[in-house]
Amino acid sequence: MMAIGLGHYLVVSAILLVLGIFGIFLNRKNVIVILMSIELILLAVNLNFVAFSAALNDLAGQIMAMFVLTVAAAEAAIGLAIVVIYFRNRGSIQVEDVNLMKG
Amino acid sequence: MITAILFYLFAAILLGSATMVVSSRNPVHSVLFLILAFFNAAALFLIAGAEFLAMILVIVYVGAVAVLFLFVVMMLDVDFEDLRKGVQRYWIAGATVGAVLFIELAAVLGGWKLAPSAEQLRTSPVPSGVSNTQALGRILYTDYVFLFQTAGLILMVAMIGAIVLTLRDRKTSRHQNIRTQTERAVSETLQMMSLSLGAGTTASGGYLRPKETEPEPADAHAGHGHDDHGGHGHGHH
Repeated sequence: MMAIGLGHYLVVSAILLVLGIFGIFLNRKNVIVILMSIELILLAVNLNFVAFSAALNDLAGQIMAMFVLTVAAAEAAIGLAIVVIYFRNRGSIQVEDVNLMKG
Repeated sequence: MITAILFYLFAAILLGSATMVVSSRNPVHSVLFLILAFFNAAALFLIAGAEFLAMILVIVYVGAVAVLFLFVVMMLDVDFEDLRKGVQRYWIAGATVGAVLFIELAAVLGGWKLAPSAEQLRTSPVPSGVSNTQALGRILYTDYVFLFQTAGLILMVAMIGAIVLTLRDRKTSRHQNIRTQTERAVSETLQMMSLSLGAGTTASGGYLRPKETEPEPADAHAGHGHDDHGGHGHGHH
């Protein structure tokens, strides 16, 4: 059992998740900050996994946090690659300009 | 006691820097605050007893992902002030959604408790007398080996995808063309000439090079002289 209660970790990660979602809304035009906000959300998820893993003395949560970390790294790499080629082709990273596929 | 103080300190810095990530005007500052947030999250992991994940977080996130963000932010010549326009308009919607989500999460946190049988439902209990890294390794390469391989596959797909997306073919770059290399025959590049003994190459029209690799005039002169010398050497043999 850990020294700090599980509730403290859950509150911190809940605030972190809300901040990440707030960041997506606030920086709706800047795709790089949106990617950073997604990283914050995934960090909150990881914090939850680790807190429950420590509270229950179960290592499965830490394993899962590691896979979340892997997928987050892959997602950041692909997302930034898309940003780079988009900027190369259109000269802008405004999310509102991304309408080639009429989505 | 000291653990609790450290926890509140790291949690406060984590939340403060996360706030700065989403509200900073300059994206470079955002990335730097993201790095600070990752460091403090790693400290929280350490307090929870997940040493390996804390170190992985520092290495992978601070060492790779945040630096990648920094590269991209600094590489793109974007007017970031232009992207900040309309923040006042989006602020209301973001705050509303955030407040609703936070109230929901607070409701969940308020009326939530662990099931009494949660201890019996553990899939991989922490072994005693083994460090965190060793315990993780023991179950990662046995119980979760399939997921581990899948994670490797995902990383490889991401790597190939990022390379394919950003690789661009410049017209001026000199690529190795393997097909032309392997199809090159001796007759295209090597010319056999019969020379009279001691005459050198000058008497029989000089040494002929392929047209496309014709060097500069000064180089040609030097090369010619060298060939002449070689011809004499050959004659003595």
